Amino acid sequence: MQNINSQEDPYLLSRQSLDKNPSEDISEKIVAVILFACALVSVLTTFGIVVIIFQETFGFFQEVSFAQFFLDTKWTPLFADRHFGVWPLINGTFLTTAIAMAVAIPLGLSSAIYLSEYAQPKVAAVLRPAVELLAGIPTVVYGYFALLFVTPLLRHIIPLEIFNALSAGLMMGVMITPTVGSISLDAIKAVPRSLREGSYALGITKLETIFKVVLPAALSGIIASIILGISRAVGETMTVLIAAGLQPKLTVNFAESIETMTAYMAQISGGDSPRGSLNFKTLYAVGAVLFVITLALNIVSYWVANRFKEKYD
Amino acid sequence: MATSYQQDDSLDSAAEFTDNVESRETLGKVFEVIFLLGLLIGLFILVLLLFDIFRDGLGRFLTPGFLTETPSRFPDQGGIRPAIISSVLLGTVVILVTVPIGVGAALYLEEYAPKAWWTAIIEINISNLAGVPSIVYGLLGLGVFNYLLGFGPALISGALTLSLLSLPVIIVTAREAIRAVPDSLRNASYGLGVTKWRTISSHVLPYAIPGILTGVIISVSRAIGDAASLIVVGAVGFLTFDPGLFQRFMALPIQIYSYITRPEPGFADAAAATIIALLLLILVLNGVAIYIRQRFSIR
Repeated sequence: MQNINSQEDPYLLSRQSLDKNPSEDISEKIVAVILFACALVSVLTTFGIVVIIFQETFGFFQEVSFAQFFLDTKWTPLFADRHFGVWPLINGTFLTTAIAMAVAIPLGLSSAIYLSEYAQPKVAAVLRPAVELLAGIPTVVYGYFALLFVTPLLRHIIPLEIFNALSAGLMMGVMITPTVGSISLDAIKAVPRSLREGSYALGITKLETIFKVVLPAALSGIIASIILGISRAVGETMTVLIAAGLQPKLTVNFAESIETMTAYMAQISGGDSPRGSLNFKTLYAVGAVLFVITLALNIVSYWVANRFKEKYD
Repeated sequence: MATSYQQDDSLDSAAEFTDNVESRETLGKVFEVIFLLGLLIGLFILVLLLFDIFRDGLGRFLTPGFLTETPSRFPDQGGIRPAIISSVLLGTVVILVTVPIGVGAALYLEEYAPKAWWTAIIEINISNLAGVPSIVYGLLGLGVFNYLLGFGPALISGALTLSLLSLPVIIVTAREAIRAVPDSLRNASYGLGVTKWRTISSHVLPYAIPGILTGVIISVSRAIGDAASLIVVGAVGFLTFDPGLFQRFMALPIQIYSYITRPEPGFADAAAATIIALLLLILVLNGVAIYIRQRFSIR
């Protein structure tokens, strides 16, 4: 990247020829190789995830057919009457995710709009990190709060099971609000001032400018933030494990106990299932579904964010 | 409207226009309040959450021996020392592993990497890894560290798993810190005939260190709060001895989870007390990050 330092640079070559210390050149090359090796660790990590997950998943599908996994509607791998239909787990995951996003999208977007369009810079400088604290609270704490504060509180108003999708989803939404908020905020801030001023000059109010000019212009970044938020919610474990229960069910009733993919994985792991057993392999089969879903969401989010990025520059 | 504008005299039409603006501006004010409320709801819940946890857990947290004793079967006795030691050990290993590798990778990508298809792949790969769920890292750790390398469900397996989990975040923040070092600094060094690595180690890195350290601490405090990957790797919920690197281990979030899942009522307060300990640890780490940024930033 540094032109001045490239090997073709005549000044640098002449300097090197004056250099009386050839060992320095070798150590420079060694350093470059070591740094490259560091960068490779991330590639190896991805490679390791893919190989290990799909190896065990392959073993799983030698014992359980695709049809049993994708067409059955019951998930009872731990019972005598075994069923391996993954849909109840996917259902639980997307039920809690839908609730979470119903919280995170309005809260995240209104935070982003307020901080970008209304707040004084000094106020925004305080409020933005304050909101982002929400993302720094460990997720096990949100689980505690969902189970022992939110659920008892909500049970005064609506009949809920002790473990339910609603409380877990609500708290997950609060946790994800900064993800949606801060990426949307960056997108909204990237909308050039001239667009807003053009709008004001036509006699359009601030609110109308926000909804008809600023938000459409920032739409790709906002969509990317929402997709990333969905991905976070799908992969979240501790909140749903603690507060949503371990009852794999095909239901849209948020008052009931359900089970998510991640909660099942946490339930089955922890040493109870010996390596090589079918139970052990279900852990990886569910993990593979989770990995594929979150990877797809991350790629779409990355693509959407980059696809329209340069539009107004 | 258009026809009436033609017929009206200027005063009337202006009045009509102003009325319209007023109602639109009022709607604007209403929405300003709605947006502010959206922002404040999150903060309100944060305050409520902290209040609830301190109300439930402060008494237990202040019990003598809570931080220094091993856990007990009785909710009002014993302490969380093995969990604290585990978390501190985990955090230390994560720092020792991720700082050299993460900074190395960031330096490579910022200072050495040519613009080529495979460097683009490394970059996309890192941003994708940042979005892989924690529990999937647990599967990786279980496969590689527990079985392939044979560590079993030991602290080192958990620590290395958390290290891989933290690495993408550290690389991204370290790259930003390195990118923020002005090129004039590098060029001045090269102009004196200093080699590339010496320029980096003596000028670029010292300048970037506050930014790098801030990123490291933020990602380490995330790792310390993570439980999902450790559950998969095999952290235990009850430990009566202080863990070593190659022994069974806990972590503060695992201790919290373990307390929450016990049916006896008193354990909820013990969970809240442990949450206070975890939040204090994270708060201290973040305080250090802020201090470093203030103290060492040469801008």
